[in-house]
Amino acid sequence: MGFSFDYLLQGFAIALTWQNLFWAAVGCFIGTLVGVLPGIGPVSGIAILLPLTAVLPPTSAIIMMASIYYGAMYGGSTTAIVVNIPGEASSVPTAMDGYQLAKQGKAGPALAVAAIGSFVAGTISVIALTLFAPILAQFAVVFGPPEYFALMFMGLSLVISLSGRALLKGIISTALGLTAALVGQDPLTGAERLTFGSVTLTVGMDFIAIIVGLFAITEVMVNVEQRISTISEMEIKSWMPTWEDLKPCWGTFLRSTAVGFFLGLLPGCAPSVTSFVAYDLEKRVSKHPERFGSGAMEGVAAPETSNNATSTAGFVPLFSFGLPTAPSMAVLLGGLMMYGLQPGPMLFIQNPDFVWAVIASMYIGNVMLLVLNLPLIGVWVRIVRIPFYILGPLIVFCAIVGTYSVRFQTFDIWVMLLFGVIGYFMRKLGFPIAPMVLASVLAQMLETALGQSLLISQGSPVVFFTRPIAAVFMVLAFVSIGRGIWAQITAKAPEVVTDDAEY
Amino acid sequence: MKKMTISCIVLAAILALIWVGAAGAADKFPGKRITYKICFNPGGESDITARFQEAALKKALGVDVNITYQIGGGGALCWAELVRTTPDGYTIAGHNLPHTVLQPLEMGNAGYKTLDLKQIYMFESTPNVLLVRNDSPYKTLKDFVEGAKKNPPGVFTVGGSGTSSANDLGTTMLNKAAGIKLTYIPFGGTGSAIPALLGSHVTALMTYSTMAAQHKGRFRALAIASEKRMEVLPDVPTFKEQGYDIVEGAYRGVAAPPGTPDEIVKILADAFDKVMKDPDVKKKMDQNAFKTEFMGPEESLALVKKKMVEYEQIMKELGRIKK
Repeated sequence: MGFSFDYLLQGFAIALTWQNLFWAAVGCFIGTLVGVLPGIGPVSGIAILLPLTAVLPPTSAIIMMASIYYGAMYGGSTTAIVVNIPGEASSVPTAMDGYQLAKQGKAGPALAVAAIGSFVAGTISVIALTLFAPILAQFAVVFGPPEYFALMFMGLSLVISLSGRALLKGIISTALGLTAALVGQDPLTGAERLTFGSVTLTVGMDFIAIIVGLFAITEVMVNVEQRISTISEMEIKSWMPTWEDLKPCWGTFLRSTAVGFFLGLLPGCAPSVTSFVAYDLEKRVSKHPERFGSGAMEGVAAPETSNNATSTAGFVPLFSFGLPTAPSMAVLLGGLMMYGLQPGPMLFIQNPDFVWAVIASMYIGNVMLLVLNLPLIGVWVRIVRIPFYILGPLIVFCAIVGTYSVRFQTFDIWVMLLFGVIGYFMRKLGFPIAPMVLASVLAQMLETALGQSLLISQGSPVVFFTRPIAAVFMVLAFVSIGRGIWAQITAKAPEVVTDDAEY
Repeated sequence: MKKMTISCIVLAAILALIWVGAAGAADKFPGKRITYKICFNPGGESDITARFQEAALKKALGVDVNITYQIGGGGALCWAELVRTTPDGYTIAGHNLPHTVLQPLEMGNAGYKTLDLKQIYMFESTPNVLLVRNDSPYKTLKDFVEGAKKNPPGVFTVGGSGTSSANDLGTTMLNKAAGIKLTYIPFGGTGSAIPALLGSHVTALMTYSTMAAQHKGRFRALAIASEKRMEVLPDVPTFKEQGYDIVEGAYRGVAAPPGTPDEIVKILADAFDKVMKDPDVKKKMDQNAFKTEFMGPEESLALVKKKMVEYEQIMKELGRIKK
């Protein structure tokens, strides 16, 4: 049951029905909007729209939610370039060079390069997804509980080591995330933990509430504090990039796609992480690294290309292993479950129609986004100019509705608001938020896999080192932790921003 | 001023409409969408059954039915939340025996008590089945037991759905009857245990008859824990035939929060009765190795009470709870 053209064609047949085309277009539009608006990102976007899925058939709903995710990657670049406000954390590096280009009157070409890069990455990655996911799904049964644990453990340690100079703060942030997820009942046995006898706490803290709080509410609070009100608009002179603009970018497109895609297969490597890695790589291979930061086209192309590659790559582990690599993926996983679709090795066997229709829709979605983005840039820029006193309350409203609709618990709203406040102080005190988010997303799966592994091995932790695949992940995890500590000691730690906003 | 008056009239009219609508909805049950919670992973028996019922249930109730999932603690998470939900009949949950009897017995505080769950209807039962991979060296139950005896105790692992479930109990019963020690590994549901056997991460699965039917080509069923062989699985011998007196499995139905009015429970029970007698649903259930049951609220409650006595006895004998 590897890749077969029949399946893909069948998928296209389903994806091309007017109904699915319509929802893909809606998703692309909302995704771009979510990408454009600072303070609301793909995670909150998908979470808020989750209740809509109750009225849509599963394939249409997942097609829509997937297109919101990769659509947001397109949208994030627009405001980063034109008004120096990254709509997403994954577009932070885009703003560094993009805004400089805009000041030089080259906003149009920069936006075009970002869109072309996104399209190239989206298309190459979805081809890779088409070829890899079914093969990996077959391979996925080789992954037992110890392998799952080791993989997630590696993902967590990678994110911690990416905290740069704030390594200790990264570890604290991770521990906080894991602790929050401990509240409630043990996923394996149902035993109560950290509930302090409270009946309400037994249901535990839903990670969607935690994520929405940390991102949406925190962002609103920060914006209120900074009194963001009006944003100036740049004049866009020319649209089409010249050959001179594009020439240095082709290599960037391909390199950044590769970086974004392969790193994107790992848990913890969200688009916001890979876009920094790709930007850094381009700066290193460039013959004129001094141009970076003062208006290099490659500096726009690299992050925008890699964040799209990463968002598509995330579907590989999601579909074939049932493993979310980023918070958005975790919310999407929740969406799949709502429809009774169990992602993992059985998905390709039991629901081939669904999987292939979603994959096929990604080919279509990428074309749609290109068409949607280039002519509508003017509209998107105007949306950013909505005054914050309207936008802010709207985001808070959406956050509350979105959180409540996940499992209809008023408790979740309090959790969300609480984590909004926690997130605010973490931002103020320089604690990276990404490790906490990933920890709370993975905690339950991590714990289940740990418990099952130790039962299989009759209590011996050696099991993580005697099984070859698990051992490789564990070694990589320790290498990345060691590297992080080494960088601390030698004070060579890079300043990596992984905590700026939602990813 | 005129404009203001008009706005006021419009506003009053809208409010009046809302009130009338709300009052109308309160009169007759069901007046809005019903949430049907599944306490296990998608792809397991509870989920499969709910999917079979979905269309017919919508028809019988005349409102939309929304199937949602809450997974964890072998179902305990979901039931603990159900007993705290508003008892208006608009939230119901799949309910399993022996889980809801065993969890409060074993866990001390499972977050709910067995009799907190208001019984609506019991619609199926599935006996336990012991499955191994097709390429497993153990062809029969006898081979398997001998294999377990040859290896150090605990090396043989058996995956199943949840803690304090029929699978969990069935494994303990086999341990005792055959004098072996199998290590039971709980999964989030029947569906998520399947890949563990596909990838040989467990020696066998103690699962339900449905999985034996669904994965006929991939797995071999060594024994079924029913009184007699099942019609859809004629080649699978019972534990009894092979000398082990084990009859164990799960009953499934739906329950409502405590305090749900009897009239509402009756409406729901009648709807489920209609659904289960729908020839289409029945056919699907039979093909997938579910044994259909037709127990209304009273019968279901009687079954639960009977099982409470039985299981307490069994658990004491097995040493899983203090005498």
